[in-house]
Amino acid sequence: MRNGLSSINLVALTFGFAFLYLPIVLLVIYSFNASQLVTVWGGFSTRWYVSLWHNEQLLEAAWVTLRVGLISATLATALGTLGAITLVRMGRFRGRTLFSGMVYAPLVMPEVITGLSMLLLFVAVGLDRGFFTLMLAHVTFSMCFVAVVVQSRLVSFDRSLEEAAQDLGCPPVKTFFVVTLPIILPAIVSGWMLAFTLSIDDLVISQFTTGPGATTLPMRIYSSVRLGVKPEINAVCTILIAIVTTGVIIASIATKRAENERLRAERAAAAGR
Amino acid sequence: MALKPAQKALGPIRRSFAPWLDPSAVPLIRFENVVKRFGDFTAVDDVSLDIHEREFFALLGPSGCGKTTLMRMLAGFEAPTSGRITLAGKDLAGVPPYRRPVNMMFQSYALFPHMTVAQNIAFGLKQDGMPKPEMEARVTEMLRLVKLEPFASRKPHQLSGGQRQRVALARSLAKKPKVLLLDEPLGALDKKLREETQFELMDLQQDLGLTFLIVTHDQEEAMTVADRIAVMNHGKLVQVATPGEIYEQPNCRYVADFIGDINLFEGTVTSAQGGLVRLKSPEAGAEFVTASEAALQPGAEVALAVRPEKMRVSLEPPPAEATNPLRGEVWDIAYLGDWTVLLIKVEGTEKIVRVSRANVTRSEARPIGWDDKVFLWFAPDAGVLLKS
Repeated sequence: MRNGLSSINLVALTFGFAFLYLPIVLLVIYSFNASQLVTVWGGFSTRWYVSLWHNEQLLEAAWVTLRVGLISATLATALGTLGAITLVRMGRFRGRTLFSGMVYAPLVMPEVITGLSMLLLFVAVGLDRGFFTLMLAHVTFSMCFVAVVVQSRLVSFDRSLEEAAQDLGCPPVKTFFVVTLPIILPAIVSGWMLAFTLSIDDLVISQFTTGPGATTLPMRIYSSVRLGVKPEINAVCTILIAIVTTGVIIASIATKRAENERLRAERAAAAGR
Repeated sequence: MALKPAQKALGPIRRSFAPWLDPSAVPLIRFENVVKRFGDFTAVDDVSLDIHEREFFALLGPSGCGKTTLMRMLAGFEAPTSGRITLAGKDLAGVPPYRRPVNMMFQSYALFPHMTVAQNIAFGLKQDGMPKPEMEARVTEMLRLVKLEPFASRKPHQLSGGQRQRVALARSLAKKPKVLLLDEPLGALDKKLREETQFELMDLQQDLGLTFLIVTHDQEEAMTVADRIAVMNHGKLVQVATPGEIYEQPNCRYVADFIGDINLFEGTVTSAQGGLVRLKSPEAGAEFVTASEAALQPGAEVALAVRPEKMRVSLEPPPAEATNPLRGEVWDIAYLGDWTVLLIKVEGTEKIVRVSRANVTRSEARPIGWDDKVFLWFAPDAGVLLKS
């Protein structure tokens, strides 16, 4: 068995990566373009980053996105976790199948339909569209993702841990907070991050449910692209890519470290008996 | 690895320890006609059982026999469908698990993975609001008891299986409960460590003077550790007795078969008088005589149960006064080191009889080998007559 790459594999790999990352690389390169025209290289410059700093509209949109993301992810995490606990722990109550179906429906529902139906609802109940409705919509669609993540952790949770806590004198509610919650916390945190990520890059549902004064960054970028791509947009996107990449790298290093730590400890324990 | 040796002063107490024989003794735990149903399934079927203070009591049975459910009802994780459970005279109905003076050691150990060994042991004490200095002293004491002092700040995943088992034990003992419940506590350990730990558990129970209730499917484990054993099957108690009684005087075919190996000769009674019962066993093609006080009518269907080590085997004909003679041919031999087990086919039948012989010498002039014709016999008091 050869370990090296055959020429076919190498070609496939190159093409694969090119398809995935060439557009992004181009975008990053052009964000440093001195020229006003997007497709003409006019030399290296950071002027678009500077002008970005003075673009009130974009900054405002970024701030809205961040606030919606933080608030909706937090609410979605609380609701999604409760939903997951109900599904895993309440046994077979009446309407359980319906409940689980309804929790997971937004997962498969086309965004256009979710967005449109929420718009109709907001209009019907006379809710003024804006920051609040935007946030509600984001909670609705990201909650189910949190429920999925937390549920999968809860299913493998050893119930005897909770029984042991109660057996040692800990009442049920306290048991949840001192035993269950700390153990499922990693799942809840990744649920939150998923919800946050979904919220900050959502465009379709946001379009339907927002109103004046609450324009998110993806909406702002999309609308300005329709008027022709400005190099400023490239700069915004490059910053977003940088943030996301840094986050992913930090997360994977942390996971790797924790894993190594655990393996080392287990090996030490096995050797020491 | 051994814990400190048991105080030998307790020896005589243990020797004569039999509160269940004393009609004036008040049991610590009473199960009164306890029934537990899950839907259509009856897990525990009308169980009445008394367990005394300082007793090491074992619930023994195959998986699904209801032994764990019975224990979980005592811990408070299940409520009886009907019947009553009392602890020290107090009805436990409606008392939640976190208010019962019993602690349990779980089969999976159920150690809190996000806490250190010391925090795990301190968990129960913390719930009681024990002052910090006292709590620390108790944790240190418990760590010393299970010989885990150097591991106090480790997390459970940094421990070996045997060490985890010790942490679980220390945690369940930390609150000094009236009763310690052990749910298959040694199931995950290898054989050698398991045997060691069984003796440690016995010593610990004596030193601390606590009542232990152990659930196990391993009959050797139950016989090693327990003062008394309750054999369960299909949710019912089949026999409650000391290990010796369970082994030597099983009260039915089920117990005889479940505990150790046994030869069962099915047959019909031909006569019963003067403490001797004679029976005819077509499956072994023989008539047997056995000592029994049971009042039996001729024609009654019974089984004579004889343990393999109580059968005699020889290549030479037995002495003239030998009772219950049989002839057979060696079918199979299993050499186990301390014992040799012979499977012998009784002449003229399909009946296979199991005989075990202690290997008291290193060599034998002419050992019994495959296909040898042999003589079998056993004394009238070697067997037990089983009616059910």
